Formats: sequence, C-alpha cells, structure tokens
Amino acid sequence: MSSATVEALPAHQPGNTEEMPAEHYLNDGKTVFSWLGTLDHKRIAILYMVVVLLMFLVGGTFALLVRLELLTPGPTIMDALTYNRMFTLHGVIMVFFFMIPAIPGIFGNFMLPLMLGAKDVAFPRLNLMSWYLYVLGAGLGIWGMINGGADTGWTFYTPYSSMTPTQILPVLMGAFVAGFSSILTGLNFIVTVHTMRAPGITWMKMPLFVWSIYATAVIQILGTPVIGLVMLLLTVEQVFGFGIFDPARGGDPVLYQHLFWFYSHPAVYIMVLPAMAVMSEVVSTMSRKNPYGYKMIAWSSLGIALVGFLAWGHHLFVSGQSTFDAGAFGVISMMVGVFTAIKVFNWTATLYKGSVTFTTPFAYFCGFLYFIVFGGMTGIAVASVSLDVHWHDTYFVVAHFHFIMVGATIMAFLAALHYWFPKMFGRMYPEGWGLVSAVLIIIGFNATFIPQFLLGNMGMPRRYYQYPEQFQALNVASTAGASLLAMGFLIIAIYLAISLKYGKVAGPNPWGSHGYEWLHTQSPPITHNFHGQPVYPQAPHDYTGPVEGEVTHAA
Amino acid sequence: MQPDANASPFGPNYVPVAPGGRAPGGKYPWATHFGTPNVQTYAARFGMWLFLSTEVLLFAGLFVSYAVYRYLYPQTFALCSRHLDLSLGTINTLVLITSSLTVALAIHFVRTGKNGMATGMLIVTLLCACAFLVIKYFEYHHKFEQGTLPGRFYTYSGIQTEGAPMFFALYFLTTGLHALHVVVGMSVLTWVTYHVVKGRFSPVYYTPVELGGLYWHLVDLVWIFLYPLLYLI
Repeated sequence: MSSATVEALPAHQPGNTEEMPAEHYLNDGKTVFSWLGTLDHKRIAILYMVVVLLMFLVGGTFALLVRLELLTPGPTIMDALTYNRMFTLHGVIMVFFFMIPAIPGIFGNFMLPLMLGAKDVAFPRLNLMSWYLYVLGAGLGIWGMINGGADTGWTFYTPYSSMTPTQILPVLMGAFVAGFSSILTGLNFIVTVHTMRAPGITWMKMPLFVWSIYATAVIQILGTPVIGLVMLLLTVEQVFGFGIFDPARGGDPVLYQHLFWFYSHPAVYIMVLPAMAVMSEVVSTMSRKNPYGYKMIAWSSLGIALVGFLAWGHHLFVSGQSTFDAGAFGVISMMVGVFTAIKVFNWTATLYKGSVTFTTPFAYFCGFLYFIVFGGMTGIAVASVSLDVHWHDTYFVVAHFHFIMVGATIMAFLAALHYWFPKMFGRMYPEGWGLVSAVLIIIGFNATFIPQFLLGNMGMPRRYYQYPEQFQALNVASTAGASLLAMGFLIIAIYLAISLKYGKVAGPNPWGSHGYEWLHTQSPPITHNFHGQPVYPQAPHDYTGPVEGEVTHAA
Repeated sequence: MQPDANASPFGPNYVPVAPGGRAPGGKYPWATHFGTPNVQTYAARFGMWLFLSTEVLLFAGLFVSYAVYRYLYPQTFALCSRHLDLSLGTINTLVLITSSLTVALAIHFVRTGKNGMATGMLIVTLLCACAFLVIKYFEYHHKFEQGTLPGRFYTYSGIQTEGAPMFFALYFLTTGLHALHVVVGMSVLTWVTYHVVKGRFSPVYYTPVELGGLYWHLVDLVWIFLYPLLYLI
C-alpha cells in the first residue's frame, strides 16, 4: 500500500505553529569556508542560486535599458554603440550565465540526490569545482563588460566578430569557462543517475524531473565541447588572424554558423528541458494525480535531446544553405514540436479529473502551458523555410524565442522557486503575493512580446538602434510590458527575502506531495539528506493511495 | 545501513573515507556516499568515458572544419600534405603507439601487484611523450623557418595556390590542440607515477592508473586520426 511509505514522515499542513527542525544543512556550519568549501550538493545549489539570481538581475537590467532606448524612434538614453553592447550583454548573460545553469545548477543539484535517495551526487568535489568555474566565467564576462563590452550580438557572428573595435575576448572567455562548468555538471548528473539510485528506484521509477535533467545532461556533455572549440577558434581569429572564418583569407563564415548552432540550438533544450522537468513535478503534485503517460513524458525528453541535435540548420535558412538542406532541417525542427506536444497533451491529461490546488507554482504551470504552446506553434511557423525568409532577423523571431525559451524557462524557474522553497528553506512564501506577482509576470510577458510579434511581422528588424515612426506605438507597449515584468520580479524578490526569515514554518511536506524528494526528508533536509537508507516501494508521483490525514474518497 | 567510521562491511581492504579522501597504502578509499566500492569504481570509469566523449566532440569541430576546407580546396590540401615531413610524422606515430602499449602494460602490472614494473612502464610512456613533443618541435621549427604558417603569417613561395594558408592553419590548430593534450596527459601520468612509487595503488585499488591510461589512449587515438588526414592523404 502506498500509504505505508508516506507515514515515514507525516504530512503537515502549512500554517502549523511548529518549529524549524533543530538540525539541517543550513545551520550545519556557519563559517564562510563551510559554504565556499562545501561538498554538500544542497549548499552548492544555494551557492548557484546566489550567483544565478545576481546574473538574472544584471541581464534583466540590460534588457530594461534596451527597452528604454527603444521607447522613441531616435536616440533616447544612449548612443548606438552602447545600445549594441547592451543587447549583446543582455543575450550573453541571460543565455550563458542565467538560463543554462539556472534550473540544473540550483534545483538539479538540490533535488537530484533527494529524488534518487542518495546522500550526494556522484562527484561532490567536481560539483563544487563546476560552481567555481561558473563564477570564474561570470566574473570574466562581467569584467569584459566593464572593460569595453562586446557589440556583436550573443552569437558572435563572423566576420564581424573578428574585426569589431570592441573587446570581445573577455566575454568569449567567460562563456568558454562557463561551458566547462556546464559540461562537468552534466557529467556529474549522468553518472549520478546511473550509479546513485537507491534500492527500488529502477529506470522506470525515476521521478520525471530526473528524466528531463538526464536528457539535459546528455546535451550538455555532447554539445558544449563544440561551442568551446568555436570560442577557441574565434579567439585565435581575434589574436592571430588565422582566417579560419575570414572570406578574404579563403575562410568560410557559414562554417562558423554551422559550428555555433550545432551547440547553440541544442542549448535551447538545455534551457527548456529542465523547465519541462519542473513542470512534470508541479502538475502531478498540484493536481494530486499520477502523471498521465509517465513513459511517454520520460522518453519524449530523450527524443527532444536527440532531435534537437539535428535541427541546427534552421538558423541558416538565408545563409546560403542548399534548398534540400533547408527543407530537411525544417522538417526535423518540426519534429521537436511533436515531442513537445506529447508532453503538453500528457500534462493536460494529468489535470483531467485531478484535484487541482491553485497555488503559485500551478499558476506558473498555466503560464508555462500557454507560452510553450503559443511559442511552440510560432516555432513550427518559423521552421517553414518560406515563412522564415520573411521573418528572419525580425522581431518576430525575437518574440518567438523569448516566448518559448525564456517565457517557458522563467515560468518553470519561478514555479520551481516557489514549489521547492519550503523544502530548501523550511518556510512558506505568502501565497497571495505569489499569485499576484505570477499574474503580473504572465501579463507583463505577454505585453512585452506580443507587440514584438506584430512588429516583426510588419518587418521591423532586430538589433536596430532606430526605427521608423509607425513602429513607435507597439514599441511603447512592449516597454510598458517590460516594466510590468520588472515590477513582478521586484515583488517576488521582496516577499521571498522576507519569507526566508519570517515565513510560516512549512513542515516536511506542505503540498502533501508524493514526489520522492518530499517523502523521506525534513524541510530543510539534514546534511546527509536521510536518516538511514529510505526505501521506495511505489512508483514516483503515486497518488492512487490516500494522502495522509485526508478522508479517502470512494474510488 | 550506515557504515561504521572505522570498519567497512567489505573487508579490511576497503577503508571508508569522505569524498576524495585517501586510504593508506594500497587500500581502497571507499567514498561512503556510493553504495559499494564496485559502484564507485563503475562511476569513476563511467565518468571518465563521458569526459572522453566530450574530448572527442571537441576535436570533432576541428575535423569538420578540415573536411569542409578539404572539400573546398582539394588540390591544394593534397599538395600541402605532400609538403609535410612524412618520415617525422610516421616516427611520431610509432612513438605514440608504443607509449599506448606501455601505458596499457603499466595498468596490467599494477593489477598484478608488480608496482616496480608498472613504474618502469609509466616512465617509458613519459619518455615517449617527450620524444613526441621534441620531434613535433623540430617539425614546427622547420615550418616557422619556411614560412608555411597559418593565415596572414604564410610567406612560403613554394605553394601559392588558394587554401594553402588554411591547410597550415588547420595543421597548427589540430596538432597544437593535440600537443596541449599530450602535455596534460603527461601531467596526469606523472601524478599517477608518483603515487605508484608511493605505493598508493595495488590490485585492490588502481582506478586512477586505469583512468590516466584511458586518457592517454584518447590522446593517442586523436593522433591516429590526425596522422592520415594531415600526412597521408
């Protein structure tokens, strides 16, 4: 019977006037070194959280500055070169230092061992090293921004990137070093999943979060070395002028684009697969139902990882690719939509006749579903060669990828932050404020990017400093939306900071979840996660048995 | 099943340690977050294989570039390939293959408890690696004298067709990145040799020797692909 294991730790209702546990990972050592030298995956997750949030703040500030500049058709608050630097740094920071490490670095690190019944990840020292590499990369990037700042766009396209007057080297090196961090995290996670599963957790009994993080890790270790090499080649171009990508010396800039997108297209799945990972957990817990089609959700993650590697050519539809190549890449790109749709249908079917609790994570799930469907459908549209020729390098593409890779990822990041906040810090956030900010952010996001879809369709190119006057109304709308977004994030920052100290004590399992990470640990967990070795007789997310303390309904 | 701090459930040859901890002479340092030492060994090997796969993909980018430019400039690439010193390249290939054999033998000797022989084999491996780098140095030196250099540094008048500077750009990039890996491999093997001499490894525990050997084989393998691409075809 499923209730047998649930009784291992009684479920608590939020709001109980109980105390925080006496011993947990947060108060096990208070010195600076006990944090900076820690091998505990949970503390490393918190270290990631600090830097990732800082990077999000920096990248978000750049985004707001870009939107402010675009408020009027002419110059508004900065000159053209500064504007070019702003959108470049916004892209570089958000891609390499926020979205790629965000969910795997924070929630992957924290939850993976808890979900597998393990004391830690397979290689704890490597785990800490990967955080230091990430900080070093981020530091180099920030230094590069202060010291010149790149203006090439985050794609560093050649030949411009080898002749730009700005200093792209520190930024390049920052991304290069952060890449190693990503590789090591992925490697660690794959080995952890293979070797650290507790007795009883077979492959088909792994929580869905683990499946998706596993698929992400596969992309991280197979894709990232290629971008590493590309960055090395660019560095050689910059410093020595070998001419690998320089047409004047017999080089081929399109080769650069191929190599770059071989990583950078799969990289969007490094960002969005963890988002799907979070959502599979949230939807099951909040609707109190076994996930519909567990195996299909699990396998479709690997399907996305596989197909994602074969779709990069859709970034080169207008770069002189052959018609056959373009068609083939277009069709393969659409197959990503098939695997994503499998997930979307399964999540929706999970909700059907579920017992939904409309909490903040669930609100973000709703937002996520909307962004992934809308963003995904526009993705199918831009994967058609003939349509993409019209939309290429316009705001339509900008809006598309912000919907699918940013919108979906941000929704999942915030859902994860709220869903696991009680587990990580032992306290609850204020639900009312959570819902208010969720509404603000979802509306703000739409208000920012729906005008950009329209602008792109009307032909406004991306990355331009000035634009014709007829585009101003929509640009103003977009900037207004961005400020709504900023407001939402500000509210979250304030109430989460307050909740860290003054939130209601959550208890081990405030959601009444049957997810493995909630069942056998206190909140916050102890340093070694479990008292003794937990056993896992039932499947993950198994809600067929009664929830502790609840009247059993007739089946 | 919480392991006791002093005794291990797997016998006296297995010493429970914290992650990355060491065990006295020849015993197995069992990091207790792994279920058993067997799982730990498996994890270490598996992790190494995954790391090697990232190395393969790192070089794959260069191999793709080579393929593209060979397709664009087939005659020039053939011409430049003839221009390389085939005998030095061949000697280097033999040197590296020999070093792969000796490192494999070193692992074999550690597994059978012959640490002295293992040390000898590792030293031969390191000597081979040095020989490889010295020969490479002479090849590079010759190219610097001749002016068969990448991109804008190309000054050689013997081959003036389009794509020649690109061939030498790829030559220096591939062999340079490979040489960097040789140096890293040498550092790893030096570390391994030091600990073999110190008696840290035994038939019970030899994982680092094995992993160092794996890495060295990869360095060798990359060269096995570079040699025909650059010197033979």
